[in-house]
Amino acid sequence: MRDAFVSSLYSMACSDKDIILLTADLGFGVFEEFESLEGQYFNVGISEQNMIGVASGLALIGKKVVVYSIGNFPTLRCLEQIRNDACYHNLNITIVSSGGGFSYGALGMSHHATEDLSVMRSIPNINVISPCTAGEAGYAINSLIKADGVGYLRLDKSSAVEKESKHTFKIGSSKTVVKGLDITIIATGGILEEVIEVSNKLKSINVNARVIGMYSIKPIDKKAIISAAEETGGIVTVEEHNLDGGLGSAVSEVCMDNNIIPKLFLRLGMNNIFSSIVGSQKFLRSKYKIDSKAIFEKIKILIK
Amino acid sequence: MIKRKEVLAQTKKIAKFIRKSVVLMTSSGGSSHVGSCLSIVDLVAVLYGHVLKIFPNDPESSSRDIFILSKGHAGAAIYSVLSYVGFFSKDLLSSHYQDGSNFSGHVSHKGVAGVEFSTGSLGHGLPVAVGVALSFKINKKDNKSFVLMSDGEFDEGSNWEAILFAAHHKLDNLFVIVDRNKLQSIRTTEETLSLEPFKEKFSSFGWNAIEINGHNHDEIINACEAQKKSMPTIIIAKTIKGKGISFMENNNLWHYRSPQGKELKDALAELENENA
Repeated sequence: MRDAFVSSLYSMACSDKDIILLTADLGFGVFEEFESLEGQYFNVGISEQNMIGVASGLALIGKKVVVYSIGNFPTLRCLEQIRNDACYHNLNITIVSSGGGFSYGALGMSHHATEDLSVMRSIPNINVISPCTAGEAGYAINSLIKADGVGYLRLDKSSAVEKESKHTFKIGSSKTVVKGLDITIIATGGILEEVIEVSNKLKSINVNARVIGMYSIKPIDKKAIISAAEETGGIVTVEEHNLDGGLGSAVSEVCMDNNIIPKLFLRLGMNNIFSSIVGSQKFLRSKYKIDSKAIFEKIKILIK
Repeated sequence: MIKRKEVLAQTKKIAKFIRKSVVLMTSSGGSSHVGSCLSIVDLVAVLYGHVLKIFPNDPESSSRDIFILSKGHAGAAIYSVLSYVGFFSKDLLSSHYQDGSNFSGHVSHKGVAGVEFSTGSLGHGLPVAVGVALSFKINKKDNKSFVLMSDGEFDEGSNWEAILFAAHHKLDNLFVIVDRNKLQSIRTTEETLSLEPFKEKFSSFGWNAIEINGHNHDEIINACEAQKKSMPTIIIAKTIKGKGISFMENNNLWHYRSPQGKELKDALAELENENA
């Protein structure tokens, strides 16, 4: 995902002098080609609050600013700057965090980004994008800059494999990657790869699951959620994120706001906990029962 | 070329208007921070009356300088001066702090022409002003970036990130003005979290640091013209919180209290007498 983001941003920056990339001293070896773009790349140092402030000042004078760091640093560390400086003034700033969920699982709790989606989506004037595939990450940065407002782009280390090269990425939309009517599984981020495996396992027991990659968390694809609630046997949401306020919450809000109760409903994710246990992304998914095996078992029980 | 004497006559007139205006606004609104407003009146009068390149009839002009009030709680002073120089009608000032008004206690740009940036939480203005200055540099433009800060605000760590950044990038188009009244919310700055030696801190950080009397209009003008190549400038303006109204001066009660009844009458009378 990160490579797709970098390559898409670089090609935009080459043809638009107003695009500026700021990093808070992260991305070793990642942004070397940006250094040749004079006045378009600054390493602001380890100073996230200043980074968002500087981005806001630059954007106030018409720049299109992309800020980059990892984990919770460009979000939670400078949340008030994002709210007051960037969002209230509706500036063209895209906040990019590499390392959604347990991408940096072995680095410990400080590096587990498991509340970012809920926190960021609670702020007005922001688009929140959590790509499920590498291709989506590339399209997302392009769309967020063009949207001319504040955006949050969550990059995951893992990603689901894209079956088709044709892209329909649009802020506020989603992608149905598997068709089905028995149940719908909605996932955000690279964990979609687990969900696709789940749908294959379900097929082997004659359950046809619809699988939706919900890359746009805010605005969210209401139409896809309502269709899933009305047309299929229920909704299961899967996120590598805390359950409070995340994807599952967003999906249930859409259902309740539209007076549509899915026949079955289950939210899977981190259940209001921190992980002091470390390990690879795969290991932690398994530990917290959001890997394909656990999701499959839970859905089997749900639809019994 | 307008003579300095004429300039000073004009900025004195503006200062007189702002003082009266902030007393009336904080009284009718029942709002706090009259002392914080009075502290910066002379700075703001000189900035808007002489220093800043502004275009009240074309507020978005690309030739303008950018001014950010980082101590957003003194918003009434900014609304007052903006109305004086013609960004909007003075009649609107009476809506300050009232139900349904855009003229909030802490300065906000929405629906208020001339306000470049909304603040209210301390430690935000400087990083943004730094970004503005950097943007002008990248665009090879001569516009300047000004930010007016409180001294207590320097407790906030975000400022020190920006202070490092501004010197590193040699932002000599950045002017930080500090309202050094030495009082913060509860006690003095030195009792709370010592700032001294304040000027030396900036010199050692690679800034052009200047100390002035923040109520002397002549000194304020000179300081704003004392740009040094490749260095950001900080003007430490020594001020008196509550300046102009004897019973408010250096009394932190007026960080919170709103002048009512006899207090309002006495305050207005003092302002009239002083300038008679």
